[in-house]
Amino acid sequence: MIRLVGIEKDYVMGGEVVPALREVNLHIPKGSFVAIMGPSGSGKSTLMNILGCLDRPTRGQYFLDGEDVSDLSDDELAGIRNRKIGFVFQSFNLLHHSTAAENVALPLVYAGAENQHARALEALRKVQLDHRADHRPSELSGGQRQRVAIARAIITDPPILFADEPTGNLDSKTSDEILGIFEGLYRSGSTIVMVTHERDVAEHAARIITFRDGRLLSDETLEKPARAGSGGAP
Amino acid sequence: MTVKARFRLLIQLARIALRSLAQRKTRTALTMLGVIIGVGAVIVMVSIGEGAKQSVSSRIKGLGTNLLAVRPGFARKGPVRAASVQTLVVEDADAIAKEVKNVAAVSPEIGQSTQVKYLSQNTSTSVVGVTPSWLTVNNFVVKEGRFLDELDERTSRKVAVLGNTVVNELFGGERAVNQTVKIRGVNFQVVGTLEGKGAGGMRDPDDQVLIPLSTARTRLFGTDVLRTLNVQISSEDAMDRAQGEIEDLLRMRHKIAAGAPSDFSIGSQKDLLDTASQVSDTFTALLAAVAAVSLLVGGIGIMNIMLVSVTERTREIGIRKAIGARSRDILFQFLVESVVLSGIGGLLGVGAGVGGSRIVGMVGSWQTTVAPGAITLAFGVAMGIGVFFGLYPAHKASKLDPIEALRHE
Repeated sequence: MIRLVGIEKDYVMGGEVVPALREVNLHIPKGSFVAIMGPSGSGKSTLMNILGCLDRPTRGQYFLDGEDVSDLSDDELAGIRNRKIGFVFQSFNLLHHSTAAENVALPLVYAGAENQHARALEALRKVQLDHRADHRPSELSGGQRQRVAIARAIITDPPILFADEPTGNLDSKTSDEILGIFEGLYRSGSTIVMVTHERDVAEHAARIITFRDGRLLSDETLEKPARAGSGGAP
Repeated sequence: MTVKARFRLLIQLARIALRSLAQRKTRTALTMLGVIIGVGAVIVMVSIGEGAKQSVSSRIKGLGTNLLAVRPGFARKGPVRAASVQTLVVEDADAIAKEVKNVAAVSPEIGQSTQVKYLSQNTSTSVVGVTPSWLTVNNFVVKEGRFLDELDERTSRKVAVLGNTVVNELFGGERAVNQTVKIRGVNFQVVGTLEGKGAGGMRDPDDQVLIPLSTARTRLFGTDVLRTLNVQISSEDAMDRAQGEIEDLLRMRHKIAAGAPSDFSIGSQKDLLDTASQVSDTFTALLAAVAAVSLLVGGIGIMNIMLVSVTERTREIGIRKAIGARSRDILFQFLVESVVLSGIGGLLGVGAGVGGSRIVGMVGSWQTTVAPGAITLAFGVAMGIGVFFGLYPAHKASKLDPIEALRHE
């Protein structure tokens, strides 16, 4: 599903070149649930931006779903994000003036798809929030907002889901619910990459990759990933 | 993406744009107001200009139709224009009547500015010796009594017909016909008065006293020199030819060598109309240009508010881009906002302009004419301004980096 070959990323700050990623090689097969860990400044956010096609690597190649996306134009990357990637952010990133259903349908708008509202309700049903479809984000709790965001991420059935600190703004009980949804999606075959700096959150994944100073530090596979106590996707 | 999907996307982007305008009602209304005032001002100003043009041209047409005006030229002494040359005389008028084809009437005028008295009232006016054809050539109508006739002319009678302004000056409300007025100490009997035409241009056509041409020549002014010689041509098509013939005839009579300038000038109403409409076109353009500045300011208002909007909505733009919006999708969404602002503003401005023109026409002393061309132009310019001034903010929005934009608070 994802293959990184010699990925490097440099930032230029004040005329000085600062390397953010160095010689990253990584393979994530289809149907994985991978957690990426590391302290701040380790390069995990940079990696996430590149994996999510929001940014391009300085050097190296990135194959997503069999396609080399390292050198695509901005608009081509936008198309890839729309069709192949679902994003879940720490701060939800919902549009305030739009209802839950409208937020969920947003990827379909840019795809010019049909039956947008019906499909949005369907996606909301998968996160058990279809009864709140006409509410605006300000009328929803943090956990509900994140479930709207997940529904938006999965509405196009993308081959891969990226979650950037999805539980960072939530209390532990709500975090558990959200992780349960990800587990459910994983069990039903989705490929999920989740960035977190909390070990107990990362342990819900089947594989934990740790970064430090822009390099891949460790790559461990868990025999028995943690399970969310309650909730979960149907 | 299929054409159908692309179309569906554009419709939805337009709807998103309309919704975000609706969410910021006060701001939208105020921004539109700039365009409304701009478009309205352009339309009102052009209407005033057009109205002025029409009233001037209807006045010129009111002077009489198919008319050629022959006037004496000016003798030149170096660069200074001196007194008019005294070569255009009554005999020229007779010659034109006899020899030029298609001449319907000839109306020579001998005139001077003179005091006219009635009892203790007196006024300074223009006393003009004319032939009976003057009335029809100049499109005047007798109000009371009669106009000068052939008998008056043949016998050089001391009779006068008064213009409306003169009647008001000398007689007030009293009846003028059959009274006696004194012109240069000579008694004249008033035989008629004329309907007023209303003041137009530099000279008041109602401020004159008409006496028989022969009386003016022999009894009052003792001269044959004409002030003006109006020639009425039988049809409009014959105007150019008649003008040429008159010119040739007068040059011959005045013994002007080939190549030398004429000592007279011939003007037609067409010339007068052309000059007048050139003047009022310039006037209209000037007014419209001043009004267009306010339209431009309205456009700058749109750009200003769109730039604020882009900054405020940086995060929204980031979310949209992360979810798959292309640069052109964002560009289109913001461009629709500015074009809708200017388009609806333009439409309301057309309404305001048309209404404003009517009100100015009713309240002010100007005649206004709403020109359809002005409406189309003002609206078109408003739309153009929406695109022009919307393009920069929309481009700025479309080029935002999604990572930066998502970090924006």
